Amino acid sequence: MLIYITRRFLYSIPVLALSSFLSFVFVSYAGDPRANLRANPKVSQLTLNHLAHQYHLDTSVPVRYWYWIQDVFTHKLGVSLITLQPIWPDITRTLGHTAQVVLLAECIALVLGIAVGIYSAVRQYSIFDYTFTSVSFLGFAMPTFWLALLLQILFVDIYLKWHVRIFYTSGLNTQGNATWSLDRWQHIALPVATLTIISFGLYSRYMRASMLDVINTDYVRTARAKGLSERHVIMRHVFRNALIPIVTVSALNFGAVLSGALVTETVFSLDGIGFYFVNKLGQLDVYAIMAYLMVTAVIIIAANLVADILYGYLDPRIRYD
Amino acid sequence: MTDQTPLELEKPLVTQVSDIARPGVTTGLVDTTVEAGLELKARSQWSYARQRFLRHRLAMAGLTGLLFFFVVGIFANAIAPYPIDAIDLNHIMIAPTSSGHHWLGTDEIGRDFLSRIIFGIRTSEEVGLFVAFLGTIIGLALGAIAGYFGGLIDNLLMRLTDLVLTLPLLAVLLTVAALKGEGSQWRVSIIIALFLWTGIARIVRGIFLSLREKEYVEAARASGAGNTRIMFRHILPNTLGPVVVAGTLAVATGILIETALSFLGFGIKPPTTSLGVLIADGQNNPQKWWLTVFPGLAIVAIVLCINFIGDGLRDALDPQQRRVRA
Repeated sequence: MLIYITRRFLYSIPVLALSSFLSFVFVSYAGDPRANLRANPKVSQLTLNHLAHQYHLDTSVPVRYWYWIQDVFTHKLGVSLITLQPIWPDITRTLGHTAQVVLLAECIALVLGIAVGIYSAVRQYSIFDYTFTSVSFLGFAMPTFWLALLLQILFVDIYLKWHVRIFYTSGLNTQGNATWSLDRWQHIALPVATLTIISFGLYSRYMRASMLDVINTDYVRTARAKGLSERHVIMRHVFRNALIPIVTVSALNFGAVLSGALVTETVFSLDGIGFYFVNKLGQLDVYAIMAYLMVTAVIIIAANLVADILYGYLDPRIRYD
Repeated sequence: MTDQTPLELEKPLVTQVSDIARPGVTTGLVDTTVEAGLELKARSQWSYARQRFLRHRLAMAGLTGLLFFFVVGIFANAIAPYPIDAIDLNHIMIAPTSSGHHWLGTDEIGRDFLSRIIFGIRTSEEVGLFVAFLGTIIGLALGAIAGYFGGLIDNLLMRLTDLVLTLPLLAVLLTVAALKGEGSQWRVSIIIALFLWTGIARIVRGIFLSLREKEYVEAARASGAGNTRIMFRHILPNTLGPVVVAGTLAVATGILIETALSFLGFGIKPPTTSLGVLIADGQNNPQKWWLTVFPGLAIVAIVLCINFIGDGLRDALDPQQRRVRA
């Protein structure tokens, strides 16, 4: 087990290195970070050359990659070429905000999805089952940003019509409020709701399918034949085994969740890492774009690793070698 | 399939035996046989699949809906009540009315919104179909090569898909589209397709890996068939079911990704109109709800139809597969 984890971990290092190299080469070739400065008549050619030299922009892209890698480790992801500010403080701040929203949404979606999945499987083809099947199909077909926009429009309308502020539709805090007060909850409620609805469909469908798989196994029939109560059979024998695939799915889903967060944060102007990325992409801030890609890549790889480990822990039949 | 000469009787016995050994290929078994008053009809795998699909109610509903949207998209010029950029200065940003001519209202410079949605549907469908087509072709080709030849190519391909899987797909697509997309519909479609083939490649590779060791492939090789013939004639048809399912669902994925890219401002850009572009434009006027609601409804309806068809196809073509959508 330990050997397997170590090997997986070691394998992810070259993968990360290669993907960082490829994206760096691509982004650097395609975008000129000095385009804005060049357009500015107050910046002389001398300054441009000086800047280029200082930030190694006059060298070839692979060489620049080497300098960048050194920067990543010694100066925490380096300095933005557009604002000349260090990137790391921005990343930690925005990542913190994203984590608040994403983790909350994932927890709610998992709890709700598992509960609904169990009930749908136990009462298969009931009205309850059909209702939530339709809901999750709608969830699959709905663009995340559209759902976010609908919620935004709805609550802006409520505010304009009746002058009641139930939820805010942009930002993280109103000026003058403590960071962690009711105000913050009113701000993150809609982004969390959006991400919850999107993830919920997936989890409830998976839970339902995996429950149905287990319900039809022999040992469940044995449990029933022994005379155990239906509740006992479902909760002790079926539920615990049906949970295993959900763990994997929720961890593997993390990339999609980050994509969803990117869109949701942009709609609600929430100071998260996805919104940060979209802004930096608009400015063609090469190192900030790279920082986002690398941070999210590390998160996704870590999530996959956690999924593998949990899977082995939860299902003793799985052997790694 | 067999090149039968008119001189049936003169064929040597050996050919006839081999024909019998391959049921379904010879004409005798496909024909209707009348025996003791009972009519027996031999059915092929495909006719079973077709029946299963036609009986799938949701899939048929989806097919009807999608046909409707395709007719709307193809005949956009004829169906749309106004030209795409006709400006009605007397009706700027009016809400949907049944009394006037603007059934879904007008946008901020007085263009009929129903017409714009109809043209948006056309663009989004074009993107979805193109992405699915190109993605399926690339996935089929690379998956077949990797699964059949194995070794270095296989390793390379799988590492490549690993690479794509480590980054959040939307962020990568945004970056590439921002730097290379130039707001053009076809460029954006190609970019999306270039990142969407990995799923299909994995499916095809898996099937090729398991089938290349089968006895019938060995037999084909022993009778002198080359690699190309084995790949295309003997193994590829077996991948058709799963690939058709994945390809159908890829249309929906393509549309969803395109709208997300366009909405964030890095995909298709005006003057081309896609459903995502329309929603992005509508965001400037959040109180004019129809500018956001209707294009979104169109996306949901199209994607829902495609997903239903995909599920029906999966149940029909690929019965071992679970019905859960990933």
